[in-house]
Amino acid sequence: MAKERPFIHPYIPNSAPGVKDEMLKFIGVDDVETLYQEIPDRLRFKQKLDIPKPFMAEMDLKKHVKAILSRNKTCEENLNFLGGGCWQHYVPAVCDEIVGRSEVLTAYAGEEYADFGKFQLLFEYQSQLGDLLNMDVVCLPVYSWGCAAGYAIRMASRITGRKEVLLPKTIGRERLATIRNLCQPVSMPGHIDITLIDYDIQTGLLDLEDLKSKISSKTAAVYIENPSYLGFIEDQGEEISKTAHANEALSIVGVDPISLGVLSTPVDYGADIVVGTGQPLGIHMNCGGGEFGFIATSDEERYVAEHPGLLVSITDTIEEGEYGFGWSTWSRTSYVVRGFDGRVRSESKDFTGTTSNLWAIGAAVYMALMGPHGFEEVGKTIILKSHYAVKLLSEIRGVRVILSPNSFKEFVVNFDETGKSVTDINKALLKHNIFGGRDISKEFPELGNSSLYCVTEMHSQDDIKKLAKVLQEVLVK
Amino acid sequence: MIEEMKLRRYHAPVWSERVISEMGRKGERGIAVSEAEDEVQAAVGDAESYVPEKMRRKELPQLPELAQPQVLRHFLRLTQETMGMEENIDLGEGTCTMKYSPKINEILAGVPQLTEIHPLQDEDTIQGILEIIYKFDLICREISGMDQFVFQPGGGAHATYTNACLLRAYHNAKGELAQRNEVITTIFSHPCDTASPITAGFKVISLMPDENGYPNLEALKALCSEHTAGLMITNPEDTGIYNPRVEEYVKAIHDVGGVCFYDQANLNGILGIARARDAGFDACHFNLHKTFSSPHGCFGPGCGAYGVQKELAKFLPVPIVTFDGQKYHLDYDRRDSLGKVREFFGNVEVVLKSYAWAMSMGPEGLLECAHVSVINNNYLTKLLLAIPGVTKPYAEGKIRLDQVRFSWEELKKATGVGTLDVARRMVDYGIQNYFPSHEPWIVPEPFTPEPCETYSKEDIDYWAAVLRQVSKEAHSDPEMVKMAPHNATIHKTDATALDDPKRWAMTWRAYLRKRGKSR
Repeated sequence: MAKERPFIHPYIPNSAPGVKDEMLKFIGVDDVETLYQEIPDRLRFKQKLDIPKPFMAEMDLKKHVKAILSRNKTCEENLNFLGGGCWQHYVPAVCDEIVGRSEVLTAYAGEEYADFGKFQLLFEYQSQLGDLLNMDVVCLPVYSWGCAAGYAIRMASRITGRKEVLLPKTIGRERLATIRNLCQPVSMPGHIDITLIDYDIQTGLLDLEDLKSKISSKTAAVYIENPSYLGFIEDQGEEISKTAHANEALSIVGVDPISLGVLSTPVDYGADIVVGTGQPLGIHMNCGGGEFGFIATSDEERYVAEHPGLLVSITDTIEEGEYGFGWSTWSRTSYVVRGFDGRVRSESKDFTGTTSNLWAIGAAVYMALMGPHGFEEVGKTIILKSHYAVKLLSEIRGVRVILSPNSFKEFVVNFDETGKSVTDINKALLKHNIFGGRDISKEFPELGNSSLYCVTEMHSQDDIKKLAKVLQEVLVK
Repeated sequence: MIEEMKLRRYHAPVWSERVISEMGRKGERGIAVSEAEDEVQAAVGDAESYVPEKMRRKELPQLPELAQPQVLRHFLRLTQETMGMEENIDLGEGTCTMKYSPKINEILAGVPQLTEIHPLQDEDTIQGILEIIYKFDLICREISGMDQFVFQPGGGAHATYTNACLLRAYHNAKGELAQRNEVITTIFSHPCDTASPITAGFKVISLMPDENGYPNLEALKALCSEHTAGLMITNPEDTGIYNPRVEEYVKAIHDVGGVCFYDQANLNGILGIARARDAGFDACHFNLHKTFSSPHGCFGPGCGAYGVQKELAKFLPVPIVTFDGQKYHLDYDRRDSLGKVREFFGNVEVVLKSYAWAMSMGPEGLLECAHVSVINNNYLTKLLLAIPGVTKPYAEGKIRLDQVRFSWEELKKATGVGTLDVARRMVDYGIQNYFPSHEPWIVPEPFTPEPCETYSKEDIDYWAAVLRQVSKEAHSDPEMVKMAPHNATIHKTDATALDDPKRWAMTWRAYLRKRGKSR
């Protein structure tokens, strides 16, 4: 029988024999237990933790984890048409190279000297996203699009002193649930009342009459999305912003940034705050772990003062011509909430913390690689390919593509006339290694038995033809 | 012992890079984009025709235009000008647990079986990641004594926010939400224990420390009432002081119907030593990017693993990962759920890395991690207290666990050199600046090292030697220390611009406008 090896862990240098004793001696105690004397005996956990035995050898650990992960089926080996807030776009190799660099992968809260490069990277993220959006202030990531929208609504509520917000009924239910939590329940003092505005069932576009009937002097903001959750392009942005402004409310627009080489930027149709997710900008889907939200505003003090997240500003140093960076209005954040306007911690407006800055760095690299023409081209490619899919699917008997014909990368496919449910169709597609669109029949019952399909630059003509062919076969079975 | 150590010569890389927006040349391309096939174009026509006229972008964004080698070079240089945890003895960032993030876990998280997964895929196609979430949930349950974990929160503050949302759901279900509008925390808990319940709509009261550094128990008892929604605290607190009477605080809250949450963002010193449940807590959270080794990524992606006792499980955000003995499932059908705190089910890549770390440690490893981090901290404490100017306020004679909040107050009085000056000077020796303290600075001129288990005795000796050297310099040449850093990438910055609306600039376009320049 093999002799049991002493417990020496490669990640713990002081697990080597003798070191702990030497250090304990220096400290002046005999036993590590003495160092735990502040924890009362009755609160001590005396058993051995009942968790699996370790894989001490890296090789064994790798085998174990890879074996589990191999049970996942990827969007690379299968044909994926899921979107709905997380999208399969191409991630350039240089993005992976930079976010994988040890320095940025493992840095954390260091300040602007030791972590100078981190600050410049984050400033370049803010700057380039600002150029994509035509906006002067972009904060560092929040957790997701829904969080960004929720925070923006809270900002609008504080700026206007009002407690109601109008959202389009076409918003995704996960995003709405995230916003609802940030808007607090009815009985809380900071509650912001959410009202959903109807849409035209034929096109998906916001019902302007319903908007006008619901907006009032209590409305803090009107929020719309472009492209919308259901894929169509909302082209009434200007009228919607005007209606909001006529009522002294703010206009907030949620946007998919990869569309902005071809679609107008929301400030061009009157947006005051722009939000969205940065995941399409060179971040892998990571099963939803690639999400992060952004918030952009003008440079006015009343907006900057309400940002919940961290802001990097460029500045000078004592050396002529040298750039420095630092946290702007740091005392505004929930880390401080004290100082420049005399408030104390208990008067914080919102919370911040660790979010997803590594993905902001990935997005900075993506925007620099793509440049203005890359964004224009990828936008065009996405539109052409997705409309090719619209065309082929529409030719299938019983299949209808509904809502506005002006869509970007996602579109709603209705299967009412096929007599088959989206669930059954997707199960059948899966047998052919196709991940069908997101089932929205429960989210939007008024749209019938429908599915949200996503086509990006990643899909080839053959991929789309395969979808159409298999779908046709599946539906006649 | 440390006086014998020779400090290394160091200078940070200086590349004097321009901002990317100033670089490149019109017409250069960093990456080519795949075009739609000819047949596709022929079939659907012009892309513009699908975009209503008024929704077409008229002028392209003013993004930089650079070829790929130049983009790569620029960003590589910026990464070099960042002091990663891995290249230095980064034990000064207390409360952050800057532990080694094993490289193998990065490789595992980089496989397409994780990166190329869509969160809405059919359950049958994501059994692998669901298994990892489920198994890691079981590990977290055992470590905490809780009954169910979720990994939706994207960071520690997001987990405390999730807890505040759960407090709402819990009291709402009892019909008491309107009445229970107060959360109690302590000033030495993380600021997010104040800020996140405020975001959720609560009034928050912070307990101040008594003369020994413990949160004032009598003050707590006086605050407890029918308005109390819950308690949100750390233990040990940021000071490293463990509060042995923690059960009494918990009981006081329970007695008035409140819920007790244990902020265990940093659990390192008590892994396998003490559990949240045994002190009576109803809920807790772990920062997977701290205690569980997932890398910090310049501030995320992180994960706040949030766990609760059985009675509260029905209020957790959806979905919950379940296992029926054969297959793993995503359970969305939970009518009492607080809903969602973000879309999808969290930063699962962080969960994967943490699972891999836990599976490399096992029960002995977790205990060793706790032991070594507490030994390291007490060893460092003794070294630091021998340095002129360093003191350790509060809890005289009590042993601290994994970190200590020290003070340079005496140094400041003697030399005029304060803690932020020392922090900047450390950089000149190739050490990441330490973390002083969250505001307000209850401990004057604070600093808070946390020498967790992945630092060697020699690392700790070196770190202390650097502080000893800076203390010496503060006494002999205080002006030099105040003007530090001298060997960093840049010189001392003009911080006044950062808070000045006329001069701050969060984007290059704003910078140009404010400086009267054009592209």
